[in-house]
Amino acid sequence: MGPLIVYDSISQNTNLLLAFFIGIGFGWVLESSGFSSSRKLAGVFYGYDTVVLKVFFTAAITAMIGLLLLSLFGWMDLGVMYINPTFLPSAIIGGAIMGLGFIMGGFCPGTSFCAASIGKLDAMVFMIGLFIGIFVFAEGYPVWEGIYKANFMGTPKISQSLGMSDGLLGLLVIIVAAIMFWIGEWAEKKFPQAEY
Amino acid sequence: MEKEIKSKKTKYWNPYIGGVLLGIVLLASNFISGRGLGASGAMKSVVVTSVDAVAPKHVEKAAFYKEYTESHGTHPMKSWLVYEVLGLIVGGFLSGAVAGRLKFKVEHAPRITSRRRLIFALMGGVLFGFGSQMGRGCTSGAALSGMAVMSLGGFITMASIFGTAFIAAYFLRKNWIQ
Repeated sequence: MGPLIVYDSISQNTNLLLAFFIGIGFGWVLESSGFSSSRKLAGVFYGYDTVVLKVFFTAAITAMIGLLLLSLFGWMDLGVMYINPTFLPSAIIGGAIMGLGFIMGGFCPGTSFCAASIGKLDAMVFMIGLFIGIFVFAEGYPVWEGIYKANFMGTPKISQSLGMSDGLLGLLVIIVAAIMFWIGEWAEKKFPQAEY
Repeated sequence: MEKEIKSKKTKYWNPYIGGVLLGIVLLASNFISGRGLGASGAMKSVVVTSVDAVAPKHVEKAAFYKEYTESHGTHPMKSWLVYEVLGLIVGGFLSGAVAGRLKFKVEHAPRITSRRRLIFALMGGVLFGFGSQMGRGCTSGAALSGMAVMSLGGFITMASIFGTAFIAAYFLRKNWIQ
């Protein structure tokens, strides 16, 4: 039963080795989908290329449904999985700062590593920026520690917060994603850009 | 002929197929390791390791590094995310090699110079690095992986990232579109 690391089916070192292979899959899919190009990534914010929207939400839905099915079959214990904690102010403020960084820099951390791996110099510079940004956060930590730790809400699932089952939430996410895919396809025709 | 080769070089996967495959990678990560994918955390390990090499006393005293050491225990580079990101770089390189996309270059829109692109890349990186710490993870760790496990915080971070980028995109349109 999964997760394998929790049920002692694999050792810590095996887990790290498998992390490397999971990473290869991650990098391969990102690069092959065009996530090594900042102009493709930024396209989602202008409508000319919505690959980010499509890949991101298809991936989230696939994993979400996969987890629900594995749990349903009794192959996976969702109770011991890592669920990201919720701190309302830091999630919103951190997200806003990242959003600004995304449109200015044209990458997020994962895609910058991916783009740097095929030789994009702008991605390498972005990575230097990441280092500086994290360093600044670390050094100035006492200044923003209060905001960082404010309003801890535990690790709620959005389905719990909305008072619905996981399955119903999954269905809603699929419907919303389908509508967004449709808008994305429309936008790509409406706001075309020359070859890049 | 040359045009044909060029269009072949920029050929990418169908995004929905790419998305399903990425979802399967994320699912495998959860099934094997009980956690999602990530990226910014590996850079945090690099920062902690670098600062520790230059000023070990500082790492013992300053609050951020103390909390990091307490929650991790092992050497910062011996972390799941560091191995995963090393794999990411290898995987990206292999995909680029197979598709013929390996090339040193600065990619930018026609209306701006390479210099401007690099300055904005640096500033964007600084903001993203800072924001990923404030938001406890980036697009991979907080938004994508958080969404897969239906974390409320993951959804909020995702909405905040894309919402803010959407609004700011109007003011930065010169950098990207004609």
